[in-house]
Amino acid sequence: MIKKQTKKVLEVEGLRTSFFTRKGEVKAVDGISFFVREGETLGLVGESGCGKTVTGLSLLRLLPEPAGRILGGKIYLDGINLLALSKKEMRAVRGKMISMILQDPMTSLNPVYTVGEQIAEPVRQHQGLRGENAREAVIAALRLLHIPSPELRLRDYPFQLSGGMRQRVVGAIAMSCNPRLLIADEPTTALDATIQAQYLALFKEVQKKTNVAIIFITHDFGVVARMCHRVAVMYAGKIVETAPTEVIFKQPRHPYTKALINSVPRLDRKVERLYSIEGQPPSLMNLPPGCRFCPRCPEAKEICREQEPAEKQVGPEHSVFCWQVS
Amino acid sequence: MSRYIVIRILQAFLALIGITVLVFILVRASGDPTHLIITPTSTPEEIANLKKQLGLDKSYPEQFVVFITGLARGEFGDSIIKRKPAAEMIKEALPNTIKLGLPAFFIAMALALALGVLAAAKRDSIYDAGVKLVAVLGQALPGFWVAIMAMLLFSVRLRLLPVAGYGTLKHYVLPVGTMVFFLLPGMMRLVRSSMLDVLDAEYIKLARIKGLSETKIIWKHALRNALIGPLTTAGMIFASLITGAVITEIIFNWPGMGRLLVEAVAARDFPVVQAITMLVAAMVLGMNIIVDIAYAFVDPQIRYQKS
Amino acid sequence: MMRVQIEKRKAVAQPQKLNPPRRIQLLKNLTFYLPLLILTLLVFTAIFADLLAPHDPVAVSMPDRLLPPAFMKGGTPKYLLGTDQLGRDILSRMIYGSRISLSVSLAVIAITASIGTVMGIVAGYLGGATEALLMRITDISMAFPPMLLALLLAVVFGPGFWTVVLALSILGWAPYARLIRGETLKLRNADFVAQARINGASSLRIMVKHIFPNIVNSLIVVITMAVGMLILAEAALSFLGVGVPPPAPSWGYMVNEGRSVIDRAWWISTFPGIVIGLVVLSGNFLGDWIRDKLDPRLRQL
Repeated sequence: MIKKQTKKVLEVEGLRTSFFTRKGEVKAVDGISFFVREGETLGLVGESGCGKTVTGLSLLRLLPEPAGRILGGKIYLDGINLLALSKKEMRAVRGKMISMILQDPMTSLNPVYTVGEQIAEPVRQHQGLRGENAREAVIAALRLLHIPSPELRLRDYPFQLSGGMRQRVVGAIAMSCNPRLLIADEPTTALDATIQAQYLALFKEVQKKTNVAIIFITHDFGVVARMCHRVAVMYAGKIVETAPTEVIFKQPRHPYTKALINSVPRLDRKVERLYSIEGQPPSLMNLPPGCRFCPRCPEAKEICREQEPAEKQVGPEHSVFCWQVS
Repeated sequence: MSRYIVIRILQAFLALIGITVLVFILVRASGDPTHLIITPTSTPEEIANLKKQLGLDKSYPEQFVVFITGLARGEFGDSIIKRKPAAEMIKEALPNTIKLGLPAFFIAMALALALGVLAAAKRDSIYDAGVKLVAVLGQALPGFWVAIMAMLLFSVRLRLLPVAGYGTLKHYVLPVGTMVFFLLPGMMRLVRSSMLDVLDAEYIKLARIKGLSETKIIWKHALRNALIGPLTTAGMIFASLITGAVITEIIFNWPGMGRLLVEAVAARDFPVVQAITMLVAAMVLGMNIIVDIAYAFVDPQIRYQKS
Repeated sequence: MMRVQIEKRKAVAQPQKLNPPRRIQLLKNLTFYLPLLILTLLVFTAIFADLLAPHDPVAVSMPDRLLPPAFMKGGTPKYLLGTDQLGRDILSRMIYGSRISLSVSLAVIAITASIGTVMGIVAGYLGGATEALLMRITDISMAFPPMLLALLLAVVFGPGFWTVVLALSILGWAPYARLIRGETLKLRNADFVAQARINGASSLRIMVKHIFPNIVNSLIVVITMAVGMLILAEAALSFLGVGVPPPAPSWGYMVNEGRSVIDRAWWISTFPGIVIGLVVLSGNFLGDWIRDKLDPRLRQL
């Protein structure tokens, strides 16, 4: 499933994001690097609180102010470092070059404006379209997401639509300006299982049509298997393993990835009991000096406690941060 | 939608009838007003005459019929003290209260909106702290005292403004200022907290993701949602401007409805009290309906549900 | 239109210094202890007014009329805060005035909190027509202008302690009822209530034994938040002459008395006003503090 030869749309190098709270600094994202290619979907996987969403928001530079700050690193979108842009320039990137779909379709649409108005906003803002042209762009976006009778739907208010339909509208907003990168933050968690499958299939189709790069944030390996070309596994603010999807399922190398994959119930494999990971992730305010997973790791050795592991290349596009991998 | 409004109007009408009966009973329960007019030298005939003149010799049901038919014709009875129609006294006083209340209302609401939104948008900034301080002080210091202190400073000491009375533009400064002081803090606090709630919403995050400017996000996406709560309060404040003006009018000797009411209360001039009460009740109920209609404009969900 | 921008920092920011908490903590403590001190002083003053007041608060002494405070020229240490038009001691009147403010507030709180709690729990727990009726009454009560009602009652019953209490109570229970109903609604479907119902407890028993103990915190928060508002309302009513009637020394009435001689004797109106402001401010701060401790969800109040 690896997409080769296509251009890298997004390259992130050493991104560090912290939240400054009254109790101290929370290192939500602590030096992560990854990339996404054109027409490729990268799964960003991990437990809740591991920094997935903060990573997504950092790419848009939309952290909750004033607590959240990007402290370092580089975010290249088509070769341009987003962290060097002015606020105004960054606003022109949002919605146009990078879009994001939020988790809960019930709350992510403004209740007092029509669907059409909410999709038209980025179209007007970024493409300068007005009147009939803007309307056509809105209808095109609704069609792209397979929303039936778009001419009628654009006059509806969010509360008149079902959850699945609302999430399609959110998708239409995200795709309305034909972005280069789409960040989808658990967009199907709030949906029913059948609607969820439809939505995922829909996005594969949208990606084929538009060649958009997608970062799919999820904690669900089932979704990863269905959607993603490559996967980055995050733990406590760090990426611990990156690999193509089929590789991560067949040969997970990091103990944390192994544990995660073994904790997913599977029909094709008979297991005695589901694996669960002992203990809790470390506090992001008070991180252990060595490997972050070490306190919960069954394979931990002395060195794991003392030094942070460096990146190890273990296969094509497959890298791991672990002392025990050679 | 229209059905909903008709129902609300009917309800308001019923409530008004209820209040009418209540006022009638309350005022009668307060005792015989003839005691306030008669002098020690009055003869029993004079007292009987007076009662007849005021319609107090009739039975309560008869008095009620007279009262109701009068109301229907826009007559509230004659003032016992001034011996002229209560409606006429209101007609003289009401414009003065409106001239005081309307500017105060609109200044206070505009300020509350601007400052409340600013404080919420720049949360925890120096603006926010200033707004919070004004709100805290405004809700703790007695308005009547602040008005007197302002009078002491600007009129007595600095001689910039007239002490009290009615007439020139300068006469408006302190009374309007006092009313603004009464109306502003609560409203400002309400706008701020309502705005803060809305700014936390996911759809605001999505608006930012779309790349909209902060100006658009705050004034288009957030404000309209944040207005739903404060709208009721603003309507209620408007409806009770007459009673809200009481203290201000007393302090600055302003010939409006509030002063009329307090004087009528002091003299137990019940036809006047009755008339003002009815007027205020009607305004409150009417404003309730207007607020309901305004809701439907702000919130499409109400517009669709009620149709 | 006003331009509002939220973010003003550079995208890549320098790590922030992390030492402001100490000063904030100190300020936080101050907004608790100072109000507590002032309110304790108020209660103490009200109880021991007879012992503390240097003069009889209603004793007229024409030779001593309109004396300025002791720290001003012409003032005497005999009358620390000066005298009014009738030569009465401002300080003593203020000390006795605390009794009126406090007793009116306490009476009103006792009445409104009881009525409001009962109405709220009954409406919330029983639901249906009972709830609809009670909440309709609550809505009407909250829409009625309180000032008008107070003036009406003053006409009907004449000014007096109980008239003030009645005027402030007759509408004052409504906010309690609304809040307590909301809390009860949340508790009604809780498992421990269902368990009690399965065990055969009567509605009354459930409301008293299971619901009430769980809303006490909210109740305390609302009560403390109400103190300042009531003191302010009592002062406004007595300012208008419909409070506890003179010669009883009520703070609001004292401010009003000073109004006519404001050009000659500023102290008559000024000092009672400052005390009202201080007490109300303390009440509000303490209320906020208790709310944050007991029930931060009620921040909207």
